[in-house]
Amino acid sequence: MLEQYGYVLVFLLAGIFFILMAFITGWVFSPNGLLGLRYKYKKEILEDTYECGVETQGTSWFRFNISFYLYALLFVIFDIETVFLYPWAVSFKKLGVFGFVEMVVFIAILLVGFAYAWKKEALKWE
Amino acid sequence: MIETVLFYILAAALIGFGLMVITRTNPIASAMAMVGAFAGLAGLYAMLNARFLSIIQILVYAGGIMVLVIFVIMLLNLEPEDLQRMRAKGFVVLLALIGVGAAIVSPMLFCVIPNKDWANGSVSPEFGSMASVGAKMFADHLFPFEILSLVLLTAVVGALVLAKRKL
Repeated sequence: MLEQYGYVLVFLLAGIFFILMAFITGWVFSPNGLLGLRYKYKKEILEDTYECGVETQGTSWFRFNISFYLYALLFVIFDIETVFLYPWAVSFKKLGVFGFVEMVVFIAILLVGFAYAWKKEALKWE
Repeated sequence: MIETVLFYILAAALIGFGLMVITRTNPIASAMAMVGAFAGLAGLYAMLNARFLSIIQILVYAGGIMVLVIFVIMLLNLEPEDLQRMRAKGFVVLLALIGVGAAIVSPMLFCVIPNKDWANGSVSPEFGSMASVGAKMFADHLFPFEILSLVLLTAVVGALVLAKRKL
């Protein structure tokens, strides 16, 4: 039974490798890394927050706008929709045309909600 | 053998992350530990062959619900001083843990588990797999599934009405 999870393990390792490579590449090419030019930077400059060359103001710990919450709520709802697509896709061939129509109805009803959100300009940033 | 080892690794990770959730002062650190606990739980579900449940645990709980939790933390944005004041004393936590252990865990350990023949369940190995869940959901429970889309639609409209001040 456990052998079936071999693929999951491969994906997991590939994912970890992907993230590690991003860090290693950054380290290799950074000024003080493996291939860096070894400038003598001041410690304050090295530890400074770098954001698009614009000087940062204040901390990142501030109260976020309530508007973000609406996006999170909508995300969770459509996330749940995606969860139901998964077992449907696995048994798609077995279910046939009937299963296809079923899922079209399901998504059509949810698209009404999406259209409503769009109409009310809920996805528009203000 | 390897299943037993995996089980203990996942169980230890689950308990470790669970303890981190209640011991961290920084709520974001707590939330991240909760993501780890959810991942451990998903691993345990996968070991029980409940693959659909395991996917839901990752996708909806570790992915979606935790976004909501983190957003609430960021919306409230409590100052470190406020958080320090809310810290419970160490012995209170210990007492609470002992209380929970006595009230919930020990009846399970000593009464429920020994009385059941857990190892030889009557379900087939396919039970809980993606294909069997799909077959059940889209054939036998078709109507509840379609009603579900209406429930989600209600959630969309409800979220919009609550979050948007002027519609």
